[in-house]
Amino acid sequence: MALSKKYELKIGPATREAFGKALAEIGRKNPDVVVCDADLSKSTNTHFFAKEFPERFIQCGIAESNMVAVGSGLAAAGKIPFVSSFSAFVINKGFEQLRVTAAYPNVNLKVVGTHSGISIGEDGPSQMSIEDLSLACNLPGFTVLAPCDEVSMTAAIHMTAEHVGPVFVRAGRSKAAHVYEPGAEFHIGGSTELLAGTDVAIFANGLLVAEALRAAETLDAAGISARVIDLYSIKPIDRAAIERASKECRAIVVAEEHLKDTGIGSRVAQVTSETTPCVMEFVGVDNTYAESGTPEAVVEKYGLLAKDIVTAVHKVLARKN
Amino acid sequence: MTKTSNPAELAAISKTVRRHILEMITAAKSGHPGGSLSATELVVTLFFDIMKHDPANPKWSDRDRFILGKGHACPVLYSVMAECGYTPVDKLNTFRQLGSIYQGHPDMRFIPALEASTGSLGQGLSVALGMALAARFNGSPSRTFVVLGDGEIQEGQIWEAAMFGAFHKIDNVVAIVDWNKIQLDGFVKDIMPLDPLVDKWTSFGWHVINIDGHNIEAVQKAFHEAETVKGKPTVILANTIKGKGVSFMENNPKWHGTAPSKDELALALKELA
Repeated sequence: MALSKKYELKIGPATREAFGKALAEIGRKNPDVVVCDADLSKSTNTHFFAKEFPERFIQCGIAESNMVAVGSGLAAAGKIPFVSSFSAFVINKGFEQLRVTAAYPNVNLKVVGTHSGISIGEDGPSQMSIEDLSLACNLPGFTVLAPCDEVSMTAAIHMTAEHVGPVFVRAGRSKAAHVYEPGAEFHIGGSTELLAGTDVAIFANGLLVAEALRAAETLDAAGISARVIDLYSIKPIDRAAIERASKECRAIVVAEEHLKDTGIGSRVAQVTSETTPCVMEFVGVDNTYAESGTPEAVVEKYGLLAKDIVTAVHKVLARKN
Repeated sequence: MTKTSNPAELAAISKTVRRHILEMITAAKSGHPGGSLSATELVVTLFFDIMKHDPANPKWSDRDRFILGKGHACPVLYSVMAECGYTPVDKLNTFRQLGSIYQGHPDMRFIPALEASTGSLGQGLSVALGMALAARFNGSPSRTFVVLGDGEIQEGQIWEAAMFGAFHKIDNVVAIVDWNKIQLDGFVKDIMPLDPLVDKWTSFGWHVINIDGHNIEAVQKAFHEAETVKGKPTVILANTIKGKGVSFMENNPKWHGTAPSKDELALALKELA
């Protein structure tokens, strides 16, 4: 057997860096774009924008609730504000403001949470955002995106600026493997089939996309044909791709750097239940908080590697038919 | 709408607005009369005298903006906006009913001329600061006014916003605290005291104006003074009486969130004849 495509997965910049650079690019194109940060611009990478457009960069200090609502006010008055902080802070401390000042009146606010998931490593659980996708999906009208590499993050930030309506984008701290070639196309509500396959479909986003591709290689060697889909648009979700995978592969594994119980797995399962049900397994953080350690050690201990996806695939295949 | 700077005329409009407030809350059998009545002169003076706005063109980009941070006092805002011609006066009594544009708390989905959907306390000041910043970016003369409850400013976000407004020298925003000394559970001093309130805002870098919030001339003067203050935001601490205008409602925490009966309404309207 042979994989439908070979991915080298060369290490590339973190998605937060891609975000920061894309934001500066957008700043050059659109004078209405303004940026708010809560004393983390060197980490979120909004500093690229701040350096180039200091007059359009609004330092909010360590006060995320105010920052989100200020962003909503800017949006309501016609600006295109990007507010950014660590995902754990902007989504948790800003949730009420996201709900009442952004989602409810449906203003054109853009929220970018960096340092998502547990792969931030050393800083530990207080900074690890493992519930952000779930919370963001709880905001009616919000678009929720979780790109996996430099190319897809750059595209996501451009889409976010062009889209009219509130958007949450999830970015990571650690370096991310190159999955896409420059020029790849993305759209809100879309997904990308990275590998064709017929025995099982693996849906992933963020850092787990590269792990899914590695898992597919291992599975291929064992004679299992795995389809790998990058589900970069969490909301709206690509229902057609999910239904097709369920019909054609009749087994699905969802892998994410998020709490397993409330992440995209539940959303994929909802779609299969509403269309064509199939057996499913889920890879994610299992009802716990992680701990400090190197990113590599942490993701290994909490089961977010290719080998964990392979195990899940074997489990789901044992239940198939 | 006809604007006026005449205090007697503004007082007459305030009386009409108070009648609307009581009638709509009575019809709804629920709502918040006390804090609507305390903010009446403030909101009337803003819409009928101070603010630059046009009910025929509510999305005019250089308009002044108004946010009711204490969203539960929406009967005063709905009544004033209706009297301005934004929304129908004859539908005020549909307040809080299914399908009414007069929702239980201000909802922009139902009244697009509202600048913010509020009701969860503590957020309006931040939104107002964002709007005022946008005006600065756009080189617009637009000013933003936000009415806060005194209980509302117990919210921590208010003080995040207070720091933010002073640091960024947002001088085209005016916060007005409807300082009526009463919140749902009782008197503010017994729930979570705010004193020394003038010192608090001053120390946060705001220009503070301390007035009688029912004295229309004092209210007008405060707004004019705020316009001249550059380099810092202004807060008007408006000393008011919860339930103002209805003797049996004044200074009684019961009337924070209780609807009058039909008999009580009749008594109240007699006082506001």
